[in-house]
Amino acid sequence: MSSTEQPVTPTNASPDFNPVPDFEVAPGMQRHLADARVNVELDTGDMIINLGPQHPATHGTLRLVVRLDGERVIAADPVIGYMHRGYEKLTEFRTYPQVTTLINRIDWLSSFANEVPFVHAAEQLMEIEAPPRAQYIRTALTELSRIATFLLFLGEMGLQVGALTPAFYGFRDREHVLNLIESATGGRFHPNFNRIGGLKDDLPWGWIAETRNVMKIVLDACDVFEDLVLGNEIFQARTRSVGIIPGELGASYGVSGSNLRASGVDWDLRRDGAPYLSYPELDFEVFTHPDGDSYARYWVRLQETRESARMVLQLLDKMPSGPIMAKVARIIKVPAGESWVETENPLGQMGYYVVSKGGTGPFRVKIRSASFSNVSILPWMLRGVYVPDVVTILASLYFILGDIDR
Amino acid sequence: MSDLEVLTTRVTEALGDCVIEHAEACGNLVLRVRLDSWRSVAETARNTLGCNYLSFISGIDWMPAPTVGLIEGDTSTPAQPKEMTFGAAGSAGRFQVFAHVQSTVQHIGFTIKADVDEAAPHCDSWVSVYPGADWHERECWEMYGVVFDGHPSLRHLYLPAEFEGHPLRKDFPLLAREVKPWPGLTDVEPMPGSESDEETKDEAVEA
Amino acid sequence: MSVLALEIGWGWMLAFKALVILLIVPLGALVLGYTFLLKMMSHMQSRLGPMDPGGFHGWFQLVGDGLKFLQKEDIIPEDADRRVFAFAPVIVVISTFLMFVVIPIGPVAIVANLDVGVFYALAVSSLSVIGVLMAGWSSANKFALMGALRAAGQLIAYELPLLLAVVGVVMQAGTMSLQGIVSAQQNGSIFGWSGIGNPFIFTQIIGFLLFMIAAQAELSQTPFDMPVAESELVAGYMVEYSGFRFLFFFIGEFGTATAFAALAATLFLGGWSLPGVHGLPAELLGPLVLFVKLMGVAFLMFWVRFTYPRLREDQLQAIAWKFLIPIALANIIVTAIIKVAF
Repeated sequence: MSSTEQPVTPTNASPDFNPVPDFEVAPGMQRHLADARVNVELDTGDMIINLGPQHPATHGTLRLVVRLDGERVIAADPVIGYMHRGYEKLTEFRTYPQVTTLINRIDWLSSFANEVPFVHAAEQLMEIEAPPRAQYIRTALTELSRIATFLLFLGEMGLQVGALTPAFYGFRDREHVLNLIESATGGRFHPNFNRIGGLKDDLPWGWIAETRNVMKIVLDACDVFEDLVLGNEIFQARTRSVGIIPGELGASYGVSGSNLRASGVDWDLRRDGAPYLSYPELDFEVFTHPDGDSYARYWVRLQETRESARMVLQLLDKMPSGPIMAKVARIIKVPAGESWVETENPLGQMGYYVVSKGGTGPFRVKIRSASFSNVSILPWMLRGVYVPDVVTILASLYFILGDIDR
Repeated sequence: MSDLEVLTTRVTEALGDCVIEHAEACGNLVLRVRLDSWRSVAETARNTLGCNYLSFISGIDWMPAPTVGLIEGDTSTPAQPKEMTFGAAGSAGRFQVFAHVQSTVQHIGFTIKADVDEAAPHCDSWVSVYPGADWHERECWEMYGVVFDGHPSLRHLYLPAEFEGHPLRKDFPLLAREVKPWPGLTDVEPMPGSESDEETKDEAVEA
Repeated sequence: MSVLALEIGWGWMLAFKALVILLIVPLGALVLGYTFLLKMMSHMQSRLGPMDPGGFHGWFQLVGDGLKFLQKEDIIPEDADRRVFAFAPVIVVISTFLMFVVIPIGPVAIVANLDVGVFYALAVSSLSVIGVLMAGWSSANKFALMGALRAAGQLIAYELPLLLAVVGVVMQAGTMSLQGIVSAQQNGSIFGWSGIGNPFIFTQIIGFLLFMIAAQAELSQTPFDMPVAESELVAGYMVEYSGFRFLFFFIGEFGTATAFAALAATLFLGGWSLPGVHGLPAELLGPLVLFVKLMGVAFLMFWVRFTYPRLREDQLQAIAWKFLIPIALANIIVTAIIKVAF
């Protein structure tokens, strides 16, 4: 079908609009999915509304054009691109250190974690390795940014469902982690701390002791969230069986990270992918949940926050001493070649496919961002759900607009 | 044999003569396949090799960017290459479509490339194999102009509907750098009454 | 007509009572809004709330907000139905004012001692549904319409548990007049001991809980705030209102909260009465006692509001129809049996 034919949009979609075939679903979930199918008997008029691009529920400038029948969604079409900054084009005219500055801003809540796969890809092409201390510090900062972004998630999912208070607790506890990141890197949100070959600076004096204290605070905060939010009956009534993603379908859409693990797929790039940073030397558990609904996604992220805190404590115990930067030239030229590095970022699988032609800047960088694929499953998932459930689902998928739009 | 060699053998055996060339790029297996077998390669990857996870589908334009407005000897902007050279597993022309698929169970993954026609780039759609290909192919069409046959609705994803051109092609200029080379627009307003302010006022009067 | 041994004319009395109601509603809204919305919510969320306006812990904040709303531009959407749009908040506020007509704040301090006091109060509180529907429809905004429709379903559904919860109290007191209910509690006794009178909260504990839940829903407060779901519809039916029209809605919301709290305090806690206090001390202390009791009830309402997430519309309706109404009916039957048997 060429691009000049009439596209199928929510305005002309019929109730049977089903772009993909039905998937094999576990018997226990069959009943829930059957309820979610639209049962349009009366020929009442439909309403088309725009959720967004300015809306408190859509976490940024995401626009959802939904066709409603009363309170049920018949078809939903996400319109993205309101934050498209053209990163892949920009990287073609930037040197490698300049690209590092840019890509901080893809997933701005865990920005340290965005730099890591790109720097790793460049280091692979140059066939150098960052020294062990730099790898440990990188891992610690990545896990800290994971904790920071997950604490925000734990709070704001409660907010989207209607509980105002957990959001404040999430922000309050997150401040401690952001202070740590700031004292190490100089920036709370866009640290730009990675350099090709290592890091910009060593850790400040007293950082390790302070981090130990903050990890205790984080573990306590996780207990509070488990009690206050997960244990709340209304929260459970709002999130159980809402937005079920069958595991195989999710994988074929490219859904990754906690979303896929919450559907029962046991896959974590820190453990299963190509080894990167210091993860091979760490002892950690990967959590999955069989249900695949919004409750499962919240549960998995809560457990992962705890696990990240324990990983940080392990890293601090094992931290080696030594240099934090390998020997690299002042003007970095990366030899010709192609490199693909994927990492387990807080939002999911993030990858950079770097094509280099031997210059001071890359020739082509394909940025594989997690939220792009996570959000692409929305048209399938939002058929037949209630409007309040749309908000719950958007909150539980936890995407960042900069990650979708690049 | 290393894991990569085992994987290479498995994949090349499963795909047979669809593969034109294969290479290893920093520990990653890259295959170049025939364009007419693009969809069957996906089906084989999914069904035989167990690759149930689609990472991405995108394109590459191998033509070097025309370097208008970039200052000679300026190290703050990278110099663009002069000739068209190709990457791992080679290429037949300017445009290529490439994708990466993985298996969440067997923990394997590989990159697949295919050459598309430069004058009228088109390719088969993977939507019937991997439903997630929907958005990736829309983005690839929008950015490179590659038409995917069999895609349900190939329309703009990031850009407004009336946008003309395909931005990630190398002949589409990065306008900011054309108009004002690095360091771009430096917005320093002279203090009122200072010398340079008087000079610019005189120049404006004379002009 | 004599108040505090002074003879006052009928017309002057009416004017005075009208003035008192006109002042009590915004004042009640102000006090409840400041104490619970600004201060209690802030402290629950580990922050301080307004501290600067007025000097002492920001007491002037809401007054300043009110003045700010008054001087804003009056914006009416182009496609809106102007007359309906303008009149909707008025109806909501009217129902609040009318509720205070029957609430007693002292032995004789009541605007109109109707024999059907409770019946009148609950009937008049349902008038606000019309105002909400008018607001949502006339706003020419799909989100407002959705909020109004949700509100219509919810407010009407929760009228029944509200009423049925109160029937038990009426049966125990033997009268629908609010003054009669208060004196039944003041002069009653629990198993012969009349130390604290007979506040109906002990015998009608189920009725009290039902009343609180239903009042929470009537006020569109979390967990029943689907019509105003902040993270989805952004103020629902009120979304197109700004300036003093929004102020009307705000006063209506918190004024009705005051009214319901006062009603709950009167029906279940004994209202203005303290056991054993009659005559002049009762007349003087009455308003203060009622104020303390209503603040206690309001504390419960707002505590629940800031803790729980919101229920989805269908879950909310299921709770009302399948859960609350059968319990209320059972409560009535049990009360009737005990009343007749003992």
